[in-house]
Amino acid sequence: MKRPVHRREAMAIPMAVYAALFVGVSLMYIIGLSFLTRGEGFTASPPVSPHNYERIASPIYLRSLLLSLRLAGLTALFCLLIGYPFAYFMAKARPKARTWILLLVIVPFWTNALIRIYGWKILFSASGPINQAILALGLVERPLKLLYTDFAVLVGMVYAMIPFMVLPVYSAAERLDWSVVEAARDLGANPIKAFFTVVVPMTMPGILAGLVLTFIPSIGLFFLSDLLGGSNTMLWGNMVHNELLKSRDLPFAAALSVVLLALTGLVILLYRKRGGSAETMVF
Amino acid sequence: MKKNSPWAGVYMALVLVLLYLPILVVVLFSFNSNPGRTANFQFEGFSMQWYENLFDPITGYGQALMNSLSIAFWSVLLSAVIGTLGAIGLARRPVRKSVLGKAGAAALSLGEQLAVLPIMIPEIILGIAFMALFTALKMSFGMVTLVLSHITFCVPYIFITVKGRLATLDPGLEEAARDLGASPLRALTTVTLPLALPAVISGCLLAFAMSMDDFVISFFVNGPTTTTLPLKVYSSVKVGVPPHVNALCTVMLVAVFFLVGMGQLLQARAERRRLKSVKADS
Repeated sequence: MKRPVHRREAMAIPMAVYAALFVGVSLMYIIGLSFLTRGEGFTASPPVSPHNYERIASPIYLRSLLLSLRLAGLTALFCLLIGYPFAYFMAKARPKARTWILLLVIVPFWTNALIRIYGWKILFSASGPINQAILALGLVERPLKLLYTDFAVLVGMVYAMIPFMVLPVYSAAERLDWSVVEAARDLGANPIKAFFTVVVPMTMPGILAGLVLTFIPSIGLFFLSDLLGGSNTMLWGNMVHNELLKSRDLPFAAALSVVLLALTGLVILLYRKRGGSAETMVF
Repeated sequence: MKKNSPWAGVYMALVLVLLYLPILVVVLFSFNSNPGRTANFQFEGFSMQWYENLFDPITGYGQALMNSLSIAFWSVLLSAVIGTLGAIGLARRPVRKSVLGKAGAAALSLGEQLAVLPIMIPEIILGIAFMALFTALKMSFGMVTLVLSHITFCVPYIFITVKGRLATLDPGLEEAARDLGASPLRALTTVTLPLALPAVISGCLLAFAMSMDDFVISFFVNGPTTTTLPLKVYSSVKVGVPPHVNALCTVMLVAVFFLVGMGQLLQARAERRRLKSVKADS
């Protein structure tokens, strides 16, 4: 029997070269830049020193980092709490219903994310539908301040990220061997116990992928806090964005993104340790 | 056991309502007759005024849509070639022997790791990295920088989908073609590629959606004349009251539902035909 597959490896060379150039080199480049000093216009120049990192270790930046991490953590948590049951029920639904629900989850994905966030802006505004409704019902006397709050940012984040929890959990739950769940029930486990001792561990790869997929992007989505949080919510992404476009300090912006890169690396490392792979992240 | 209680249906419906709530609001307000500063927060009556001049050159939405479509087209086309070749090259790799030698094989593995990295790290990092790199290379920002950056995050979607599909294929199929005298290239193009095609298409669709929707990376690498749709939406939303945005969203939503519906219809028809031919065979 001929085994022709070996020589094919060469076909992956263009992809490897492209990735090395645009991902490898560009990331190395900003790591290098982060040790330089801001120069004339939009350039960077020596001396080489870790002064940008020393500047990051100040209360303003640390507070922003903590705020971002807390928001990203809450986003991942709420996505799990809301998205897991949804994905689980979806996997248990009849095949025909399943296809439709899956489509309904994916379609908003295909429309512009910014427009969807803009929909929340309309909803949350002082004279918007939510306030009109609660005013009409007499629940409050004056419109509530919903827009430009941390709450609005959290709702927007969870909203934008929830498909990234639902889809990996669904694809794990769909492959679930339901006879194992039945066996647990036959052996005397009540539905809740069966769920937590059988279903949850068996869908753990989906949960982990979902947590990573919702946590990591939440740290960098500066446009969301820009639109819903106004100037009150300075997340890490906003810091990077401001340094680059307002202060035009390329080396410092590079240092801020290197910190974010290191944090991401840490999360991915933990994810890999628990047996996660990149493959589970595309569904 | 594998049966939902009625409450599960209620829960799913509730989540879906929340998922569509902001979209419905946008659709509703696209028909608002209020032209004033509160146009987006107070609904006054039905009107089509925002649709009438939506693609008037003066609004810039038509141009932005065209820019986004052509960037997505070129990025996905090039990514499909790079990513599919990558998947064929790296699916079911021989563990010990490699034609590239030990160092070559290690370099290829590193390349694979780097290729899938863009979908795992926050977009803002890549946005800044690309901006810095293109500035250093003295490239002018525009179509080329946008397509080059979009390829970087389109490749992993296509690569992972196709590689996953290739891993599930029976290697015996290709071996059979080879034993029957097909050259390696012919076995690849007549057996493996057609079998992998559905995965290539679904990977491309995903990559196309990601490219059309990308805001963060495009924000850092776009040029003065290459405003994409998300960038245009951002600048209008940021400035103030853009009722045109609502109309645009509604148009896009209708288009997406139409395409998805067509896809479902075609799939259902293909399925019916397959069942019929299976029946005719037996």
